[in-house]
Amino acid sequence: MAVAEQIKQGSILGEKRKADLLSFLSAQGILMFFLICMFVFSLFSEQFFSQGNIMTVVRQASIIGIIAVGVTVVIIGGNLDLSVGSMLSFATVLVVDLHDKVGPAEAILIMFAATLLLGAVNGFLVGFMRLNSLIVTLAMLSAIQGLVLIYSGGQNVDIADPGATWFSEFGRGYLFGIAVPIIIFALLAIIIQIAMSFTSYGRRIFAIGGNPTAAVYAGIRKNWCVFGTYLISAFCVACAAMVLGSRVMGSQNNVGQGYELLVLAGIILGGTSLLGGAGSIWKTVIGVLILGFIQNGLLLLGYPYYTQWLVTWVIIILAVWLDLANKRKSLLVRHP
Amino acid sequence: MSAILDSVNSMIDMKRFLSGGAVIQPIWVFVVAITIFFSVMSDHFLSLGNLTNILVQTSTIGLIALGMTYVMINGNIDLSVGATLGLAASLSVGLQDYGITVAVLAAIASGVVLGAMNGLIVWKTGVNAFIVTLGAMIGVRGLIFVYTEEQSFYASNFAFSDFGISTIGPIPVLAIIFLLCALLMHLVLKKTVHGRNTFAVGGNPEAALDAGIRIGRNMMVNFIIVGFFAALAGVFLATQMGASTPNLGRDYELWAITAVVLGGTKLTGGFGSITGTMGGVLAIGVLRNGMNMMQVPAFYVLVILGVILISVLIIDQKINVNSSKGVQV
Repeated sequence: MAVAEQIKQGSILGEKRKADLLSFLSAQGILMFFLICMFVFSLFSEQFFSQGNIMTVVRQASIIGIIAVGVTVVIIGGNLDLSVGSMLSFATVLVVDLHDKVGPAEAILIMFAATLLLGAVNGFLVGFMRLNSLIVTLAMLSAIQGLVLIYSGGQNVDIADPGATWFSEFGRGYLFGIAVPIIIFALLAIIIQIAMSFTSYGRRIFAIGGNPTAAVYAGIRKNWCVFGTYLISAFCVACAAMVLGSRVMGSQNNVGQGYELLVLAGIILGGTSLLGGAGSIWKTVIGVLILGFIQNGLLLLGYPYYTQWLVTWVIIILAVWLDLANKRKSLLVRHP
Repeated sequence: MSAILDSVNSMIDMKRFLSGGAVIQPIWVFVVAITIFFSVMSDHFLSLGNLTNILVQTSTIGLIALGMTYVMINGNIDLSVGATLGLAASLSVGLQDYGITVAVLAAIASGVVLGAMNGLIVWKTGVNAFIVTLGAMIGVRGLIFVYTEEQSFYASNFAFSDFGISTIGPIPVLAIIFLLCALLMHLVLKKTVHGRNTFAVGGNPEAALDAGIRIGRNMMVNFIIVGFFAALAGVFLATQMGASTPNLGRDYELWAITAVVLGGTKLTGGFGSITGTMGGVLAIGVLRNGMNMMQVPAFYVLVILGVILISVLIIDQKINVNSSKGVQV
């Protein structure tokens, strides 16, 4: 009897341990994949694992990464933001164009204000008007693209003397030997991750994304919280625009076109569910870095740059599929 | 008493009228309004030549939107149509050494195969269509670049580009094909088992499954349909230009989705119509064309379309109480 119970308990414990392992793998699977990728690339390319190359990749990925951090917050809240690409074009054109006209500090201030205003429009329409976020941000994508073209008259803008302004520090500078874009990326990621994990505002966003009705019954002011997520997203876009504008010292009208997709790809790859209520900033950071390292690795192996798109296609679907398969304990859906 | 009942009834009728359930969809009211507006504002707008021109201009987005309507009634979405269009356009021009027929058939086949692949993945893996087609959107663009090696193609055989500008009587062939496709898709949606099943799957997948509908197969067929139409749109665009570029079709998925949503199809699935979608397509076409006629820079069209799209959403929400259910705080 006692032995039988012990065996039973033991087997239960064993099963529990197995389940723990499975869920651990499911949670950290993307990290494993990341490490395997790094390993494979470093086998085939000598330069890949050098400190210089890694820093270059992180620096290149930091613009998409900064935006992705903000969009992750929106997605955890159960909404989407497709307008970030156009918003990035808008903010970059604005800050670069105003730099020579009113001075760097004023340009940055005006750019942040304008971008936050666009975020507030998104937030108002989704949070307070309760419209579908996909369509609203799709409409904003088109509208903001139009705004950029109207503002610039279709002309590219640039900064006349890139060497003579402290504005160049954001994209080109180094602090303690680390590139400034990486520092901004890391700071934003850490601050927002802490905010999401340890503040009541973060908890509320998770609650709203998980079950909006329950969240409202629990006394959460859903409207304001959703509104806030779009402000965070817009703030991150403004930071990214600062880095991008300063790095290029000029801007085309469509500089951010397609960024929303790369950002989404990184977030999905990181394992944040598009349904909301789950996910984390550090997962997104890893997703974005994976995309960056795959791009870099493929280039170092001598493949043309567009092969990374084919690889992205496969790994995005695989990552989400394996995650789902793990949850339902079967690889394929059974319905006819 | 009966007076009250009558007024309630008329209110309900008004609601049905405005929400597109009955006779006229609101987007068609809008299309008629802007058509009248542009006719008054511009001397050249209201001519047979320009009106058929609008049909040809919108046929590309329109064809995609026809297929997209099916996919969205299904409760799915297809973001990869722009890339599919680009691949089909490149194939239809690039393979012309083997004859125009072969090239066009290969282009259409590529769309069907890509659609089938998207559908199969959505069906078998259960991954959200948004993610599957987002991946395909990025990946298929990669395929185009692999195939074209970043080159633009030009059609050396003029029979190909002549087809794009050929007419039957005063009406361009492309416009006729587009209208016939729209009619066919309307009938399939309204009159066939597949059309009914499409609504059922989008409205309530579990109930559809319990009712014996093969929901996975239904979705896959709809992805094949949208792939087919995207490829056809690619061929249309290539014949109009007599050429193709690797970046052809960027943002077309956004335009197609905009047209479908303007037409009243719900993103959540289970509701929508081809007539509404045609209204959405024409609204975009008339706006673009009319503003060109009035010499407004093309940039403003983008802003106006964005504003209209959001306004339609707001009006739709105010009319349909169902779509704004949920507790208020």
